[in-house]
Amino acid sequence: MVLRNEWQRYIQWWLLFLLMLVPLLWITYQAVSATLGADPAKYIVDFLGEWGLRFLLLTLCCSTLKRVFRFGYLARYRRMIGMYSLFYITLHMLGVATFILGWRVDLLIRELTDRPYIIIGMVAFVLLLPLGVTSTKGWQKRLGRTWIKLHRLIYPAAILGVLHLIFLIRASYFEAAVYSMLLAMLLLERVLNVLSAAKKRKSREMNRAMS
Amino acid sequence: MLIKQSKKVASSAITPESVYLSRRQMLRGLAALAGTSALPASALVTPGSTDLPLYPGPQWLAPRLASSETTYTVDEKLTPYSSVITYNNFYEFGLSKEDPFENAQGFNTDPWKVEITGEVDRPGVYTLEDILARVDIEERIYRFRCVEAWSMVIPWLGFSLASLIKQFNPTSKAKYVEFVTLEDPDQMPGQRGLFSTIEWPYREGLRMDEALNPLTILAVGVYGQSMPPQNGAPLRLVVPWKYGFKSIKSIVSINFRETMPENTWRQTAASEYGFFANVNPKVDHPRWSQATERRLPSSLFNPNIIETQMFNGYADEVAGMYSGMDLSRWY
Repeated sequence: MVLRNEWQRYIQWWLLFLLMLVPLLWITYQAVSATLGADPAKYIVDFLGEWGLRFLLLTLCCSTLKRVFRFGYLARYRRMIGMYSLFYITLHMLGVATFILGWRVDLLIRELTDRPYIIIGMVAFVLLLPLGVTSTKGWQKRLGRTWIKLHRLIYPAAILGVLHLIFLIRASYFEAAVYSMLLAMLLLERVLNVLSAAKKRKSREMNRAMS
Repeated sequence: MLIKQSKKVASSAITPESVYLSRRQMLRGLAALAGTSALPASALVTPGSTDLPLYPGPQWLAPRLASSETTYTVDEKLTPYSSVITYNNFYEFGLSKEDPFENAQGFNTDPWKVEITGEVDRPGVYTLEDILARVDIEERIYRFRCVEAWSMVIPWLGFSLASLIKQFNPTSKAKYVEFVTLEDPDQMPGQRGLFSTIEWPYREGLRMDEALNPLTILAVGVYGQSMPPQNGAPLRLVVPWKYGFKSIKSIVSINFRETMPENTWRQTAASEYGFFANVNPKVDHPRWSQATERRLPSSLFNPNIIETQMFNGYADEVAGMYSGMDLSRWY
């Protein structure tokens, strides 16, 4: 029985791993078969950035799904989802530097100092880096409670990520509205969760005092 | 998505761009021999890619397009036909670059009417045939620079806007010309969106001297054929020294006015887009640096970055109109 469960988890892990690789395989296939049109760079960069943000929000969905809907499956793989988010965001930035700016240092410096939306995106990436580095079990043990505090950096990173998208609005609010709403709901759920936990603690203390 | 194509051509019947270009060079040589500057080239402008739709246009127009001469050109490589007709910003037909190509093929542009209003002696509603009967159609090869920092080189077919304006006799009060795109949500899916930042119909404007500048044309075709719907059929403005959004598409109304008209992008985000929108490498857009541009098509490991030129390289022809103006204020 134990063996079967382990086997199941093994399969699930690989399924999820491969599933989250699909966007990268798809865009690579399109790039190689040259079906991306006159400006493949822009298309690829946008695509990678969108998936990075999606996986970042999916990482935040994990504990909400578990708490609110008693759906714990994704929470087991939160680390992998988070790492995939960082992976796609890293590719997104390498894509900008390579495909759009051609690694021209003057252009890189100009973009990083002049464009608010690029600065915002960059800060989000920098906030995520230590989370990626400390995502192993070893670091988790070493840091103890600090690890939990450190990994709260995902919240400012996600807010800046969505802001990065809002700054890019041109002719339609639609995408930015969807991502903002989702993020707002996820943040709201956490606030409510913290509040209700505080309330419970208080009533427990009251009970103790009365008895 | 099913794409309604106006006409399929066997790949064997299509002249490759390289052949088209060498023919042009040959013609240029012949023209030099004959001592003429104009080249009867557009008849030879044949799209150079297989499997792409062609746009011969209505019967009354096709022969005139075929017999037009090249009167203006640049010494740069033409952007391939495939890029010109599949990579478009035309938000009436969708937000992504390939949407207009996919969504606009059924766009009905014949017959077409244009309303001339405002400060003119001869206002009225004219059919496109009426309008084209009064002008000479020429081929003009212009650089085209989008505010998003990409650019193309496009062989337009069109006529000088000045030649048309003079026929309507604007009054002395006519200081600006306003243009309006068709508003037709039934045909234009982009105008049905609930989340649009744009207030339809799309509007643009020029100061009178800009409208009368010899470089300014109204285009009715591209690459030797009639204007594809995604490129702004059947009648669009082309102002080569300004960012592409000034070159309004599918025009149904031309209005002569005393006051500066609103233009759509300035209405949408005034801090980002001005009325003049002259190509200027020294004045950045908040999101895109304007110092450089990517000449399309760009391939992945060669972004094809080039320096953007003042007035998109047309300073000799247009800079005089802006002397004394602070261009960072009047962006």
